[in-house]
Amino acid sequence: MIEKTGVATIEMIKSKFPKKEVLTRPKAIIECYTEIPCNPCSTSCPFDAIYIGNDINQIPRIDFDKCTGCSSCITACPGLAIMVAMIKDGKAYFKIPYELLPLPVRGEKWTALNRYGEVLDKPCFIENVMVTKKNDRTAIVTVSIEQPYLYDFVTVGKKL
Amino acid sequence: MIEKDLVVIGGGPAGLSACKVALDAGMKVAVFERSFLLGGQLVKQTHKFFGSESQYARTRGIDIAKILIDELDNTDLEVFLNATVVGLYKDNVITVYQDSKYFKVKAKSIIIATGASEKFLAFENNDLPGIYGAGAVQTLMNIHGVLPGKEVVMVGSGNIGLIVSYQLIQAGAKVKTLIEAAGKIGGYQVHASKLKRLGVDIITNTTVKKAVGDGKLEKIITVKLDDSWNEIPGSEEDITCDALCISVGLSPMHMLLSMVEANMAYVGELGGLVPIKSCDYETSLAHVYACGDVTGIEEASSAMVEGKIAGLMAAKHAGFIHPDYEKLENELNNQLCILRQGPCGEKIRCGLKKVGEVYD
Repeated sequence: MIEKTGVATIEMIKSKFPKKEVLTRPKAIIECYTEIPCNPCSTSCPFDAIYIGNDINQIPRIDFDKCTGCSSCITACPGLAIMVAMIKDGKAYFKIPYELLPLPVRGEKWTALNRYGEVLDKPCFIENVMVTKKNDRTAIVTVSIEQPYLYDFVTVGKKL
Repeated sequence: MIEKDLVVIGGGPAGLSACKVALDAGMKVAVFERSFLLGGQLVKQTHKFFGSESQYARTRGIDIAKILIDELDNTDLEVFLNATVVGLYKDNVITVYQDSKYFKVKAKSIIIATGASEKFLAFENNDLPGIYGAGAVQTLMNIHGVLPGKEVVMVGSGNIGLIVSYQLIQAGAKVKTLIEAAGKIGGYQVHASKLKRLGVDIITNTTVKKAVGDGKLEKIITVKLDDSWNEIPGSEEDITCDALCISVGLSPMHMLLSMVEANMAYVGELGGLVPIKSCDYETSLAHVYACGDVTGIEEASSAMVEGKIAGLMAAKHAGFIHPDYEKLENELNNQLCILRQGPCGEKIRCGLKKVGEVYD
């Protein structure tokens, strides 16, 4: 299906997440489902938590014990396929890569989108927006949304 | 007549990489570029590149162009811009057209790195203003800052179609839909997912039947295709749009090689007519080498590696041994093997096998 639609099934998505107990700490969720010749996620990780190996076509494997959720890989990934997720006080927190203008601003409320580009029932809140030279024009936006949307949320849509 | 050790035809990723290695080997080099700037298609690629560090992965194409150009700060290099090579002859002479004048250049070795041109689609009214190739859309948006349309339909889901759709959204256009004639998305899944989450529908088994508009594009009529690529009657649908972007593949710019009667082969997997070349990238003509998309359509990462190999070999056979020859030869061939491994490399491996290059 993903070859036809560009959208992963819920089983595929869940396979990229650690157990919910682990998400009390921030962890990188790498939504890279097909083999392509690419390895910046692995080489950018300061903690050697992402393994690809010599054959750069291999799908990245993450060691959640080593991942600190530092977000280095988010802007290294040319496919914008990595986000960092965490659960805290009944809310899901995400750090996502964002390359559109206008950029969200901390404190704003935005629509939340799923992987089909559909607007979710609940909005998300912009917790932080980070633009640094190292991130090379890919902003890292931190958002929070109610925890039940953990596997649905993927990006922000429009300012509310 | 100007005389050089090496003439490189084409200042894109392959040509610039060839120049760098040949200069390091001690050659006096001239590069001829028909555009007003060096970098080839890289200068329009605002996205971060795939591959590994040695091919500048995670760096944006526009910045890779800058890196490649900055590396060429060498008095042994002469750069000719707005200079179209219109003739290639068997005595290693080329004719160049620049500033309304023709002139000839003779070289010990010549590297053909002319890249590729876009394929187009045949359908009714495909010459209406508002119908573009993906390359033209990128040139307008990313070089000249001109938005080609407000509501765009993309045809073709290869990496170029997916990437240009994303760039159109970044530039403020609405990408209404992306249609693909095949039964599945052609490009990388991550590019497709990026579009889908921004609300772009990707519709497979569908093509353009007809464009409609009075003096300019107003809508297109699409039609569904069955698994044998036959139109399904009654499946026509209208989509209003003011721009249609065609991204249905590239074919090698083989004309100079064909003109000089190099041995060529038509290989569908490589995009069209390509030169038969030795493992040193030499064509059937002595001291004429070819690299990059002109030898088969691939990603820019492979073109850069191929360019370096062509530069290394052209230098060696002209008596200029690169100081790191052996190390480079091994490393570069290894890089190509790795880039061409895996399912994405299957088509190119299959195509290259037909011209005698085997990757296992």
